[in-house]
Amino acid sequence: MKVLYFAWLRQRVGVGEETVNPPADVATAGQLLDWLAAKSAGHAEALKNRSLVRIAINQEFAGLDAPVKTGDEIALFPPVTGG
Amino acid sequence: MIRVQTEDFDVGRELAALTDGRTDIGGLASFVGLVRDFVEPGGGTGDGNASIRAMTLEHYPGMTEKMLAEIEAEASRRWPLQASLVIHRHGRLLPGDRIVLVACAAAHREDAIQACSFLIDWLKTKAPFWKLEDTREGERWVAAKESDDLLAERWLKK
Repeated sequence: MKVLYFAWLRQRVGVGEETVNPPADVATAGQLLDWLAAKSAGHAEALKNRSLVRIAINQEFAGLDAPVKTGDEIALFPPVTGG
Repeated sequence: MIRVQTEDFDVGRELAALTDGRTDIGGLASFVGLVRDFVEPGGGTGDGNASIRAMTLEHYPGMTEKMLAEIEAEASRRWPLQASLVIHRHGRLLPGDRIVLVACAAAHREDAIQACSFLIDWLKTKAPFWKLEDTREGERWVAAKESDDLLAERWLKK
């Protein structure tokens, strides 16, 4: 699956996009965040405060319990500040 | 209509284009968002206390257009609109630059004004844009405001 990072999450992770292949027991967005946080110090720092991380699955807002699967586009970003 | 672009827009021309050739529109409401030069709170008015030198807007191409289209469609479901327009810029902007234009046209003013207010309130909490301020003290990501969440929530259907 493809994971996109925006704003300060992108800066902390160090890349804006990466392709990942999590193990089969990673079935929800929350489990994916736990798995990603273990990838590097930057990932851990970006995902430390879960209350500041918003999730979109295939360009739709989703919660931590939402299922994730191979081929999904997952985006992780801070609360939005446009307008 | 939704447009996400780096270029500036001409407010007068955009508003005129929404109503040109139409005789069924009785009211046109619009909102223009601009880059401010001061950091909240405290503030300033361009009197030398200005601390923001530039603002860079990042967005999520694809989801941005999709969310704006969904919000615009929701406005049309709630109010009888004859036309609507959302233009949102991204990239590096300077104080005084236009960021966003929202406009709604309806037969009657109250529908146009309410729909315009709804559109900008939901855009601010749902469209994936992020503001990075370039200040004298360095770069700073703008934090989402609880007051914006409250403004958006007043449009939730009870």
